[in-house]
Amino acid sequence: MLINHLLPCGTLTDAGSSFWRTLSINEKLDLLFFLRSVRMLDRRMVLWQRQGKIGTYAPVEGQEAAQVGSAYALDKKDWVFPSYREQGVAFTFGISTTSIIQYWSGRIEGCKPPIGYRYVPPTVPIATQLPHAVGAAWSIKKKKETGIAIAYFGDGATSEGDFHEALNFASIFDLPVLFFCQNNGYAISVPFAEQSATKTVVEKASAYGINAYQVDGNDVLAVYHVVKTAKSKRKPALIEAVTYRTGAHTTADDASRYRPEGEVRIWLNRDPLYRYEQLCLKEGLLDEDQIEKQDQQVAKELDRTMREVEKSHPNPSSLFTHVYHQIPDWLKKQQEEAANDVNHGSIHC
Amino acid sequence: MLTMVQSIADAQRVALEIDKNVLLLGEDIGKNGGVFRATEGLWEQFGSERVIDTPLSEAGIVGSALGLAMGGFKPIIEIQFLSFITPAFEQIVSHVARMRLRSQGVFSTSMVIRAPYGGGIGAPELHSDSTEAYFVHTPGLRVVVPSSPYTAKGLLLGAVASPDPVLFLEPLRLYRTQKEEVPSDYYTLSIDKATVVSQGEDVTLIGWGAMIPLLLEASRLLMEQDITADVIDLQSLSPIDEETLFASAKKTGRVVIVHEAPRTCGVGAEIAARLSEEVIDSLEAPIKRVAGYDVPYPLFALEHAYLPSVKKVVQAVMELVYFQ
Repeated sequence: MLINHLLPCGTLTDAGSSFWRTLSINEKLDLLFFLRSVRMLDRRMVLWQRQGKIGTYAPVEGQEAAQVGSAYALDKKDWVFPSYREQGVAFTFGISTTSIIQYWSGRIEGCKPPIGYRYVPPTVPIATQLPHAVGAAWSIKKKKETGIAIAYFGDGATSEGDFHEALNFASIFDLPVLFFCQNNGYAISVPFAEQSATKTVVEKASAYGINAYQVDGNDVLAVYHVVKTAKSKRKPALIEAVTYRTGAHTTADDASRYRPEGEVRIWLNRDPLYRYEQLCLKEGLLDEDQIEKQDQQVAKELDRTMREVEKSHPNPSSLFTHVYHQIPDWLKKQQEEAANDVNHGSIHC
Repeated sequence: MLTMVQSIADAQRVALEIDKNVLLLGEDIGKNGGVFRATEGLWEQFGSERVIDTPLSEAGIVGSALGLAMGGFKPIIEIQFLSFITPAFEQIVSHVARMRLRSQGVFSTSMVIRAPYGGGIGAPELHSDSTEAYFVHTPGLRVVVPSSPYTAKGLLLGAVASPDPVLFLEPLRLYRTQKEEVPSDYYTLSIDKATVVSQGEDVTLIGWGAMIPLLLEASRLLMEQDITADVIDLQSLSPIDEETLFASAKKTGRVVIVHEAPRTCGVGAEIAARLSEEVIDSLEAPIKRVAGYDVPYPLFALEHAYLPSVKKVVQAVMELVYFQ
C-alpha cells in the first residue's frame, strides 16, 4: 500500500490531515523552505554546469520531497550515507552549499562533513554504501547510542549484491538502519521493469524479514511521517519512495533518448513542490510575496557562495594528505615532486 | 612454543584483551575457531558480541567493518582464503582505502583484514592464489606478510595498532611447519620494515611469506659453493622498505626476487624497477625474478611445477654469479 498524505493538487488525505495537525508551524514552514531552496540550488547547479563553472552534475529535480522529507526526519547524531544525487538530503541535513558546490566542482574539500556531523561523502559506486550504513548502525547498537543510520540509493542499486548483503546483515544482527530507496523509475536509461523482476522495491524486504514502507516520494509529508515512524522503531527497514527524476541522469545525458515525453508530463503534474506550496498557501501559512522574498534571499546566498568557491583554488600538495593517517616519508618525496612541478608552472591551476 | 597459526590466535587474544573496541568478524571464526583454527578459543573467551560469526558475505563483512571503523571500532576481519577476497575487492579498494582521504581525515578506516594465502599444501582449486599485487597497487592500504610464529604475532599486533587499514597476508603453508618461542605478552614489530634474516656478500635474495624458508635453504646450498647471500624478508609489501633493499643490493651487486604470484606486474616488478632507478650503478648483473608463471594458479597436481623452488632460486643465483 502506497502511503500518501498529500494529493498532487495540494489536498490532504485523511491520514495526511491528522499528521498535519501534529506538526508545528516551524516544521511546516521548514519543509517549504527546504523544498524551494533545494529546487533553486539544483536548477542553478545545472545552469552552472552549462556555464562551465562546475563539472558533470546529477540533478535532483522531481525528487525533492523524498530527499527533504526523509532528511528532515533525521537528527544531527544520525549517520547518513548518501549516494551522488542527494543534494536535497545534504542541504536539509545542514551540509553547507559551499561543500555541495565544491564537491561538484571536483574539489575534495566538499566531501568533508562539518564537525560533529556523521554525513559521509557521497558514494559513487552503486549500493556500496549500504554495508557501511549497516556497520555504522552496528556501532550505534554496540555503544548503546540513540541515533540510527540511513543509506540513500536508487532503484538500480537493488540489483547489486551489496544491497542484498546489507539487508541480510541488518536483519541478522537486528540493527537500527534505514534503507531509503528513491525509486525514480530509471537507472540511467533502464526502466525499473527491466531492472527488477518484482513490481516494487518494498516486496524485496520480505526476503530478509525486515519492515518495509512504500510511500509516495513526491509527498513530503508522507515521507517525513514514514521516516520518523521507521526511525523510532530502531529496527532495520526498507523504505521505497516512489518518485521520478524529471531531468536527465546527469548533465551528460539526454533522457529523451529512452523516456517517453508523455510519461514525463504525467510526473510533472505530480510535482512535489507545487502540491506542498499549494497546501501552505491554502492554510495561510504565508503568502506569495513572502515566498518570493525568501527565494530572493536564498538566491543571493547561493550566487555569493558560487563566487566564493570560484575564487579559491585547490593546492596540489593536498593530494597527499589523508591518504594515510600521516603522510609517510616515502610519500612526502612525491608530495615535494608535485609541489616543485607546480612551482615550475607545469601544472595549471 | 607456538606454531604460526597459534601465534596469530594469540595475537588476536591479546588485541581483544587490551582494547575493548577490537572486534573479530569472519566466516566460521566463532564456535569453529576458524577453518585453520586461527581464532581458536577466542569465541569461548570473549563471546559472540566480540568474536562474530558473520553470514557468508565478503563484501558485507568488509563493508560493515568499514562502518564499524567509522563508528570507532577496530575490526579484525578474517577472509577465509585470499582467493575468496574478490567479492570484497570493491569495498577494499574503493572504500576502505579511500574513506579517510574522501572524508579529509574525519572518518577512521582503521582495520586489519587477515587472509591466508599462497600454495604448496595441495588445497582445492582457487584456494592458493597470491594476489597481493592488486592491493599493493592500491594507495591507502598497507600490506604485511609474516614468515614465522614470532614475526606473525608482532606484525599482527603492529597492524592492529596502525591507524591505516592493513591487509595481513598469512602464508598458510607455514601455519604449522615451525614452532618457536613466542612471548605471551603484547609486543609489536614495525610494519614498515624489511628484515635481513641471513647475511652474505655475493647476492641478495628478496622474498616474503612462505618463500623465506625456501630462500634460507637455497642460501645454505649456495654456501657449499662459497656463495653467500643476504636473505631479506620483505615483511611489508606496502610500503616497500627501500633503504634495506638498496643497502643490500649495493653491497652484493646481485639481486634475485622470489614470489609465488605470477611474474607480470608482481611486487617483484616494482622492486626491480626501484632498484634499477636507484642502484643500477652498483649492480654487476641484471635483476632476476623467480616467480609463478603467468598462468592461473594450477590445480594442486601441478602446483610443484608452478611454484618457485630451491632449485630454481639456486639456478637464478648461478646465472647472476657467472654473468658476463
